[in-house]
This record gives sequence, structure tokens and C-alpha cells, in this order.
Amino acid sequence: MNEPEHKAEQGVVLTEEQRRRRRARSIALGLVLAALAILFYLVTIVKIGPAIMSRPL
Amino acid sequence: MSLVTNSAITERAGAAPGAIRVSDFAEVRDYFALLKPRVMSLVIFTALVGIVRAPDQLHPILAFASLLCIAVGAGAAGALNMWWDADIDARMSRTVKRPIPAGRIAPGEALSFGLVLSVGSVLMLGLFAGVLAAALLAFTIFFYAVIYTMWLKRWTPQNIVIGGAAGAFPPMIGWAAVTGSISIESIVLFLIIFFWTPPHFWALALLKKEDYARAGVPMLPNVAGEGETRRQILLYSLILAPLGVAPWLLGYTGVFYGIASAVLGAIFLAFAFEIWRNRSATAMAAAARKLFAYSILYLFLLFAILLVEPMVG
Repeated sequence: MNEPEHKAEQGVVLTEEQRRRRRARSIALGLVLAALAILFYLVTIVKIGPAIMSRPL
Repeated sequence: MSLVTNSAITERAGAAPGAIRVSDFAEVRDYFALLKPRVMSLVIFTALVGIVRAPDQLHPILAFASLLCIAVGAGAAGALNMWWDADIDARMSRTVKRPIPAGRIAPGEALSFGLVLSVGSVLMLGLFAGVLAAALLAFTIFFYAVIYTMWLKRWTPQNIVIGGAAGAFPPMIGWAAVTGSISIESIVLFLIIFFWTPPHFWALALLKKEDYARAGVPMLPNVAGEGETRRQILLYSLILAPLGVAPWLLGYTGVFYGIASAVLGAIFLAFAFEIWRNRSATAMAAAARKLFAYSILYLFLLFAILLVEPMVG
């Protein structure tokens, strides 16, 4: 297999630096989502409180 | 519309065109930079003052969540501004290193980022603090991104006068998040920032006249001349100084705020007068630099006193 065909099979190849940056972005996004989940939980407790468990279905 | 192209970015990275996606170069801090963190810090600060000075109480967690939404909404407006203004930013020394002109984030990504955060922050504020606060935040984002950035900025030297309203809304949003209403007190806070904006930005425009001329932005010094700009700075400062004292005159604050705001306003006027008086380029630049730096301190101190006064009695 010649060189161009080999590269085409591999698709987009990221450098080590690009991998590091992508990983950092993924971690940041994960942390933001986790923080949002905590925030929504807390706001739900504050706005509805214990009554959340005894609401009519 | 941006000067930035994918080929330019891949070239910068030393890769074959089309081989690498643009976002692979972006670091987390580039997305943070899109939010204009320095503007966001001012928004957080002034919105917090609106929340603290409001007559009703908001649960601390709801207050924090509301503040977060206001901050993210302001940041989203900043990202939309950077998306639209990437061509201008690439021509100005002050902004050339921003993520889009520097080629670290593609314009389309910044647009998506700004839109998602805009919608998310408005919806969340609506859930956390009510419809009025959310509507005000939505209007602020629209005003900054569309009215100011897309329309006024490149069209009229009054751009930052009218556009300044966007920066003046946060204390009103904070107030509305707590009370669910708009009142004279929150309108006064709005007006203080509204009339503070022109002298603050025109002092900068006097210093960066060439930059704005190169970018084709019709700032007042470029369109009406330095003399008219100096006169307008003084006029707006003459309105701002008494307006800064208004919260005390209207009986909303204590005497300490009244005295401090009068002194701070007098110093502001003195700096504005210095600009108006000095016609030589060197002296005027020095005076403009002083007013620009002091204007930031002025607004910070005014709102800091408003923030701590209820806590210290």
C-alpha cells in the first residue's frame, strides 16, 4: 500500500497536542454538565422542597 | 464575513489543507475568552448589586443561579459580538489575538456557542427567577448582539451611547430576578451605567483613534473630531456626576454613599475637564488615559459601596 492510500485509510490523524486539547475540552464540558445537574437539583429542592415527594400524580 | 478561513488555520498549524478540523486547535480558555470575561465580571458585579439592593429576599441558591444565568447570558452576547466582529477584530491591535481572528476557533463554532448559551441562559433564568428577568436578559442579549453589534457599531458614532444600554441592564435584571418588577431604584442604577459608558469608551477611542479608523468603525473622534469628543465627554460627565448621587438624593442609600458618590463624581468631572481643556495631542492622550482608568474605578467604587452598605448597616 502506498503512502497516500495509507493516510486516507487512517482518516484525520490528530497530533498529540490536538489530542491533549480535545481531552481538556471534553473534561471541561463534563464538569459543566455535572455542575448543571447539581444546580438543577439544588434549585428544585429550594423551589419545591420536601413537597416534591408528596405531589399528587 | 470573517477574514479567517479554514485553509489559513490549517496552514498555520503546518498541516495539509482539509486534514484537520478547526476546533482541534481550541483550548478551553479560548471558549472562555469568547465570553469576554472582563465584561462578564462587571456584569456579575452590577447584577449582584441589583440583587442585594432589591427590597425583597431571594434564596441564596436562587440568587446564585440567577447571577450565573445573567453572567452566561452576557458572555453569550460577547461570543455573538466576536463572531460578527471577527473582521474588525483582525484589524485592531487591541483585539487581534481574540480566538476567532487568531484562528483558534472557527466563526461558525463561536456562533453556535453564543446561540446555545443565549437560549440556555434565558430559559434557565425564566425557570429560576421568573419571566420578567428572563425577558430582560433576552432583550439585553438581543440589544447587544443585534442592535449594537450588527447595526449601530458600524453605522453611527452614537454607537456606544445607544449600545451602552446593553451594559446598563444587568442591575435591572438582578433587581427583577428578586422582585419580579422594575422600579425607579433599578432605573437609576441603569441610568448611572448608561451615562457612564460614553465618557469611558470615548476616552478609549481618543487613545485608539487609529485602530478604529483602520477597522472602519465610526467612533466619535474619527467622525466628529477630537474637539467634539472632548466636549461630549465633558457633557456626559456633567450628567453622570449628579446621577451618581441620585440614589442617595432619592433616599435609597445612606449618607456614606451620598458623600462618597459626590466626591467620586467630582473627581470624574475633574478628569473630564482635563480632557476638555488639553488640546495638545500628548496632554490630551495623558488626560484620556487617566479618565479611562479612573472611570473603571469610579463605577467599581460606586457599586461596591451600594453592595456593602446594607451589610454594614
